[in-house]
Amino acid sequence: MSSLDRKLLRGLWQLKAQVLAIALVIASGTALLIMALTTIEALEETTTAYYERTRFADVFARAKRAPESLGRDIAEMPGVRLAETRIVDGAILDMRGYSEPVVAQLISLPEHGPQLLNALVIRSGRLVDPNRPDEVVVSEPFADALGLKPGDTFDAILRGNKRRLQVVGTALSPEFVYAIAPGGLMPDDERFGVLWMGRDALAAAFDLRSAFNSVTVSLLPGADPRDVTRRLDSLLAPFGGIGAYGRADQTSNWFLQSEIAQQKNMSKIMPTIFLAVAAFLTNMVMARLIETERREIGLLKAFGYGNLAIGWHYAKMVLAIGALGILIGSLLGAWLGHWNTELYTQFYRFPFLLYRPSPDGFVIAGAISLAAALAGSLFAVRRAVRLPPAEAMLPPSPPIYRRSWASRTALAGALDEPSRMILRRIIRWPVRAFLASLGLAMSISVLIMALQWVDAIDSLVETVFERGQHQDASVAFGDLQPIDTVRGFENLPGVLAAEPYRYVSTRIAHGHLVERQGIIGVPQGAILSPVFDNERGRIEVPPDGLVFSRKLAELLEVETGDTVAVEMLQGHQRRVNLPVAQIFDTYIGTPVYMDMAALNRLAGDGRVVSGLHIRVDEPSRSALLTRLKDIPNVAAVLFRQAAIDTFYKTMGETIFIFIGFFVTFSLTLSVGVTYNSIRIALSERARELATLRVLGFSRWEISYILLGEVGILTWISIPLGGVIGFSLAWYMTSAFETELYRVPLVLRDATYGKAALIALAAALTCAAIVRRRLDRLDLIAVLKTRE
Amino acid sequence: MENETPAIALEARDLTKTYRMGTVEVHALRGVDVELREGELMVLLGPSGSGKSTLLNILGGLDTPTSGTVLFRDRALLLGRERAMNLYRRNHVGFVFQFYNLIPSLTARENVALVTEIARDPMPPSEALTMVGLADRMDHFPAQLSGGEQQRVAIARAIAKRPDLLLCDEPTGALDSKTGILVLDAILRINRELGTTTALITHNAVIAEIANRVLYFADGRIVETRRNTVQRAPAELSW
Repeated sequence: MSSLDRKLLRGLWQLKAQVLAIALVIASGTALLIMALTTIEALEETTTAYYERTRFADVFARAKRAPESLGRDIAEMPGVRLAETRIVDGAILDMRGYSEPVVAQLISLPEHGPQLLNALVIRSGRLVDPNRPDEVVVSEPFADALGLKPGDTFDAILRGNKRRLQVVGTALSPEFVYAIAPGGLMPDDERFGVLWMGRDALAAAFDLRSAFNSVTVSLLPGADPRDVTRRLDSLLAPFGGIGAYGRADQTSNWFLQSEIAQQKNMSKIMPTIFLAVAAFLTNMVMARLIETERREIGLLKAFGYGNLAIGWHYAKMVLAIGALGILIGSLLGAWLGHWNTELYTQFYRFPFLLYRPSPDGFVIAGAISLAAALAGSLFAVRRAVRLPPAEAMLPPSPPIYRRSWASRTALAGALDEPSRMILRRIIRWPVRAFLASLGLAMSISVLIMALQWVDAIDSLVETVFERGQHQDASVAFGDLQPIDTVRGFENLPGVLAAEPYRYVSTRIAHGHLVERQGIIGVPQGAILSPVFDNERGRIEVPPDGLVFSRKLAELLEVETGDTVAVEMLQGHQRRVNLPVAQIFDTYIGTPVYMDMAALNRLAGDGRVVSGLHIRVDEPSRSALLTRLKDIPNVAAVLFRQAAIDTFYKTMGETIFIFIGFFVTFSLTLSVGVTYNSIRIALSERARELATLRVLGFSRWEISYILLGEVGILTWISIPLGGVIGFSLAWYMTSAFETELYRVPLVLRDATYGKAALIALAAALTCAAIVRRRLDRLDLIAVLKTRE
Repeated sequence: MENETPAIALEARDLTKTYRMGTVEVHALRGVDVELREGELMVLLGPSGSGKSTLLNILGGLDTPTSGTVLFRDRALLLGRERAMNLYRRNHVGFVFQFYNLIPSLTARENVALVTEIARDPMPPSEALTMVGLADRMDHFPAQLSGGEQQRVAIARAIAKRPDLLLCDEPTGALDSKTGILVLDAILRINRELGTTTALITHNAVIAEIANRVLYFADGRIVETRRNTVQRAPAELSW
């Protein structure tokens, strides 16, 4: 090993705390990038493998009642590999110990042989026995949430008939990776479950002997799903078909794919921010570190070391720090990636997890991080090499201080000498002061961006669930009910108000753009669940025409006044052209509304409702819940509070954990910048401070001179960090916009305050650590020699 | 040395150096002519700021003059050409500074090795350290050495590459007289045993008595040149 390398190693060891601080910053960026890249890879691989192994269908369709013989016609359609008919319907379950009705989706299993498509993965117990009509397999998350195991029994209301069912097994299905109740927003395993029963048993329960109401289809390679969907629609139309849809629109898969897209988004934004800050920080630290090494650079040049050798020496220093950062980041990133993917497999129910990160992610992250670190310090190294040796050997000539305008103001007279020293240093090197402030501001801004999510989600919940909705529960009917049903509900004990709604599955087209989106019919004067704009509040639905959410308007490229083609997928399957009467802003989903009476007229099913929203008198709540379970045709009951709870719970499992990461990483940034700033200031000024000590200044007085500067820079960085943080938050919210939800840009004052306090605490901690070194300043040695 | 005149090793003609220090223009050298003969030990004497260090830096290729030329073995140095000056320093010049300028993170031996690694025909670091009387302190770090020992490491470092020129800027400036004598002994020994042409800066007139020749500096000029008929041994000196 050459002496220069030995010097490098010992130098790194001596600066270990600083080296570690920079390495950790680089590690943060690397870890985030690796976490994101490997999570995406694992999610995609796991999904593909799961779908392949269980033969997840490509096209799905529902009908009211289609003869079994039609199944063969479907199987023979061009492009179809396999088609499987089945019975799917809803039920209300009466679980012991749960006063609220639990919603279930029932799906038939073939009487003979295995499932052709969407095969179950049995997790415990067994499949149902064809000869035992009361046996069910339940979805594993539901079984886990309710503590069900094979052998347990519970009551279910199927089309108004109470049946006792026996659990024989638990299973996972590729159709319910993300298990969400119809009309729900987030998985709620306690209130929604999937049950699989024998085909004959379900046919008997739902009066569908020799018939089916659901069909799933897998395609031959190269077949066009749109083509198959069209043919399937025309085959099913006479039997009450509700519009076939491809895998992309299948609820569970849609959520899963948006999550992967979101991860991809994150892998671009967050690590970029961290790596940019890391590059900036490396640059700042290296520039000042090299400044303190100028004498040694001059010396090496005096010995005849060339520019290349010296440049390479310092580049190696950066590479070593970068490599350390990447090593820590890779280990941390791999661990986080595994952990993160595992988190997803709990949230998204996969029976297995393929976390086999390819080296790609690590190579990409490593190369980017190293490039960022090198780019960051290139300038400093170049400057080091350019220093003429005689100049480098001399201590830097005393900087020229001038009496600025500031020192002539009245305020200046009130300053003591140490404060004057602090201010003059800042004024003398404004760029350096600004850069140090900027580094701190970056860490504050990342904190603000991370903490902003809490504000945003609170605001989202408040707007959507508290200001926008006033019902306590929503009841969905299995079949359309006459509007008089509302009165019946109003008379139930504990119901204070009831407000109906109508829902029609439709396909909305504008030009070549098509979206499958149900229209919600809202009665005039609706108050429980009106159309609610984020800014304008409650909106009265116009007597005709559609009220579009802005996201849907963007997807279909429509503006107020345009006409869209609406194809109803239920009932008489009418096609109508409707004007877009209004566009409103909402944070969740892509809904479209219409006047309920107008929608009923268009659909041609008479004056009917799909469900209703109710307000419940709290004391009579449990009595009402018991009654609800016995009312025939109630397919689902959703509670607003439960929706809020599951929303927070789901967010808690995902977003809030990320916030934790980002806060940790931002702290790393804070500490990295502050610690290095102070340490470098100390090595630059050790002689000056020792001289002051010799002149009779106390330890606290010289600490004030050293740390006062950092203190002022920290104060400057707070408003600066606020501004940058706001911009970052704005960028993040616009980048994270999905069809599922938009996160509002809301920044509470407290969030700025919290970020500032965290940054201040980090600065204080670093200052305290460095101050201890001041106590150990060797006065004589510092003054006597320059070693 | 008195009978035959050795060849000129280094020659400077009409050197001037002007630089700005803050707002003041400093004339460090105002036309200096000097020649150094092979194996000669020359002492530059004068108050601080008189231009000695500037001259030494220019002779050693650390600095460039504002005008004038420097000839090394009758060939003009390409002053201002960074690569050429770097090779000149690497292959021909050894420096000793007032403040030792050791690399604190390297041991005595490693500090010397730092230079021998890039030299053409160096002596082993241990040999150089033995020459300056530090055979038993080779694996100590600078912080574990006294000032005199540190300066002797610096001398060992300067001579380990067998330089043609040894340039010493106030080598005893930070040392007491007893330690200073040890350091001067080492320099003189190198000068005699290796025949290294040596220039030494000091503001201590007593030290000038070890030299062949003494140049007196004042205000950027050589104001007097004196040839010592008798060179005294460092041990005879005291200050």
